[in-house]
Amino acid sequence: MSEIAAHWNYYLVIILMMLGFYAVIARGNMVKKMVGLNIFQTSVFMLYISVGKINGGTAPILTGDPASVYSNPLPHVLILTAIVVGVATTAVGYALIIRIYESYGTIEDDELAVLIDSDEDACERANTEPA
Amino acid sequence: MGMFTVNAFLLLLLAIIAVVALRVHQLFALVMLSGAFSLTAAAQFVVLDAVDVAFTEAAVGAGISTVLALATLSLVPREEKPHAIAPLPAIIAVAAGVLLMVSIGDLPQFGAADAPVHVHVAPDYISGSAEKIGVPNVVTSVLASYRGYDTLGETVVIFTAAIAVLLILAGWTRAPYRRENEDRNSQSTRNIEDKAEDAG
Repeated sequence: MSEIAAHWNYYLVIILMMLGFYAVIARGNMVKKMVGLNIFQTSVFMLYISVGKINGGTAPILTGDPASVYSNPLPHVLILTAIVVGVATTAVGYALIIRIYESYGTIEDDELAVLIDSDEDACERANTEPA
Repeated sequence: MGMFTVNAFLLLLLAIIAVVALRVHQLFALVMLSGAFSLTAAAQFVVLDAVDVAFTEAAVGAGISTVLALATLSLVPREEKPHAIAPLPAIIAVAAGVLLMVSIGDLPQFGAADAPVHVHVAPDYISGSAEKIGVPNVVTSVLASYRGYDTLGETVVIFTAAIAVLLILAGWTRAPYRRENEDRNSQSTRNIEDKAEDAG
C-alpha cells in the first residue's frame, strides 16, 4: 500500500498512457488514431515532468533566495523539445490523412486495406493483359 | 496535501476526457476533447512546477495541434464508423499497462529530493545559470545556451516537417496508375485534357 502511495502519480499517468495507446492500435479512424497519439504523447510528457518534481520545490526560476528548492529543470527542457517535435509529426500525420482521403475516399483503415488490395489486383491485371 | 488534491483531480479529469474521447464518434467533438486534454495537461504541468512546459503545451498542444486537426476535418468526413471494443488491442494495452505499473515501483518515490536525477548534474545547471549565463530562468538558459545546438536541431526537425507537409499536399507523390484509372472512368475529364493537349 505504501508502494502505491509513493508512486500514485506514476500509476495514474500510466493509465492515461494506455488509454491513448489503445486508441492508436484499436481504432480504425485515422483522426482518432492521431488524437490517441496526442493523448499517449502528452501522458509520456507527464511521466517525465513527474520525475522532475521535488516536494516543497518551486518552478526553476531563480529567486535569489539561497534557501529555496527548485524542481529539476532538465526534464522540462527535454519535454519542451519533445512537444515541438510532437506537433511536427502531428502535422505530417494530418497531411498524410488528407492525401489518403483524396486518393481513396476513406480514412477508415479497414476500408482502406480493401481498396488498396483491389487497386493492386487491378494494377497486376493491367500489367499481365496483352495490350 | 494541497498539491496532492489538485494533482489527483487534474489526473482524474484527464482520464475522464481520454475515456470520452475513446467513445465519441463525432470527430469534431473528438478534436475539441483533444484540445481540452492538452489544456488540462498544461494545468497539471504548472502544479508540477514545469511552467515553461505548461505554456508550450497550452500554445502548441492545445493551440496549433487543434488548428491542424480542424483544418484536416474541413477536408475529410467528420464521423467515425462505430466500432465495438477490440479484444486483442485491449489485452495488449492492459498487459503493457500492468507491466509498466509493476516496473514503476523501482523508480524513486514521487517528489523525493534525494532521487539520483536531482543530485547528479541538475544542481550544476541551477547554480551555473546564475553565475555563467546570467538568466534567472534555468529552463531558458539550458535550452538556449547549454543545449543551444539541440534547439537548433529541433528547428531543423520542424523545417523538415514543414517541407514534408508541403510535398505531401502539393501532390508530388501522387500514384500515376490511380490517376489513369480515374481518367478512364470519367470520359469528360479525358476530353478536357485532350483538348488541353491539342491546344498545347
